[in-house]
Amino acid sequence: MSVGDWIKTSQVWKSIFRHPAPRDRRNRVVVMLTNVFLHLHPVSVRKSGIALSYTWCMGGLTFFLFLVETVTGVLLMFYYRPTLEHAYNDILALRDVVTLGILREIHRWGAHAMVISIWLHMYRVFLTGSYKPPREFNWGVGVILLVLTLLLSFTGYLLPWDQLAIWAITVGSNMARATPFLGHEGPGAALLNVGGVPLIHSGSDARFLLLGGKFVSGETLLRFYVLHCVAIPLAVAVLIAIHFWRVRKDGGISGAL
Amino acid sequence: MSDAANAATPAPTPAPAAAAPPTGPPKPAMPAKPQAAKAGDTRRGFFGSITAAAIGWWSFWASMAAMTLGTTRFLFYNVLAEPPNKVKIGDPRSYEDGKVTEVFKDRQIWVVRNQGKIYALNTMCTHLGCTPNWLEADKKFKCPCHGSGFYITGINFEGPAPRPLERWAIELSEDGQLVVDKSRKFQYEMGQWESKDCYFEV
Repeated sequence: MSVGDWIKTSQVWKSIFRHPAPRDRRNRVVVMLTNVFLHLHPVSVRKSGIALSYTWCMGGLTFFLFLVETVTGVLLMFYYRPTLEHAYNDILALRDVVTLGILREIHRWGAHAMVISIWLHMYRVFLTGSYKPPREFNWGVGVILLVLTLLLSFTGYLLPWDQLAIWAITVGSNMARATPFLGHEGPGAALLNVGGVPLIHSGSDARFLLLGGKFVSGETLLRFYVLHCVAIPLAVAVLIAIHFWRVRKDGGISGAL
Repeated sequence: MSDAANAATPAPTPAPAAAAPPTGPPKPAMPAKPQAAKAGDTRRGFFGSITAAAIGWWSFWASMAAMTLGTTRFLFYNVLAEPPNKVKIGDPRSYEDGKVTEVFKDRQIWVVRNQGKIYALNTMCTHLGCTPNWLEADKKFKCPCHGSGFYITGINFEGPAPRPLERWAIELSEDGQLVVDKSRKFQYEMGQWESKDCYFEV
């Protein structure tokens, strides 16, 4: 008995892999169906559907970049502390002091690339008409994923805590002032008052909730850090699973139905 | 070179019929047209694609291995915010005989001058690692966790501690101050307290 056979007949191997290697059609199907990760993917795809000239692989590339951002982000979290005292110096240390300082650059450039690739993915889906029924729900999921990706970029932008970060978030979050009803300078906000006392003012509106204060401060840094590292990635991961699963349920990767 | 074959037959459709009857031999020029031949079909193409695949896969796995090693190295701090191992404890004459100095206890050091020798005891109990207290009235180190007791020399005499307290290396630096070096320790039960490096004679 060869070493390979010995491994493949061992209890450990058989407890993990329930089926033989996917060399014939039947096993290719069952391997896809019995693996928790692979089962999100369609069992079979149209050859025309995966042509690079057709999909540009932008969805897959976006997912790949999400994984890159997750892995590099977890590594950066070992060094970065989201406090006014440490944040900026930790970013400098990640570049200058730590071995493999390129990891932060990979995270940063990966983020830029992910925004580009997700836009191109949406553009392709639009061009191929893949938003049409029965895929309209998945288009909606995709739009939320796009917004969450932009929010990941926005929240991550504050974390270096340099002048660029602080003022970019100051300017960016000023948009929240103009939120209808929920921003204190937004349309309809004046209508929300009890006996002339406004419910929505600069200390109670959407921007205040986002920043954890009336201006960008240490509270904002902590808030954006938690959003960037935990809250938004969790939501994105769940939505990605739904997105992939719906691709399978809605007739496989886009193409003529 | 395939253009040469085409140049001989300007008219597309009648060419085969016109060229074939007069002479058969010119035919061998045809195989030179490589429209169907893929890169892997020729010997050169075969070796070319093998080389490309080898370079591609080797560089892929090499970069994977490099990234794994690099990431592991990334997780090891290059700069520590911890206090250094060497601690300056001042002029030897500032220590009184028979006294235990607790000023450097937060650096894990008791400085003791006893019978003409200054030595630095490690504040870690040899039982389970708690920090004992110096009881001046009883002239002993007493561990609050499990009751181990040590004489002023560091020798254990009561409780569960299996061996005496450890001593740090100590030396006189150039500026006349004593320096405790916590990177080296000396254990009584291994006969290391004999070493000149773990005490300073006043």
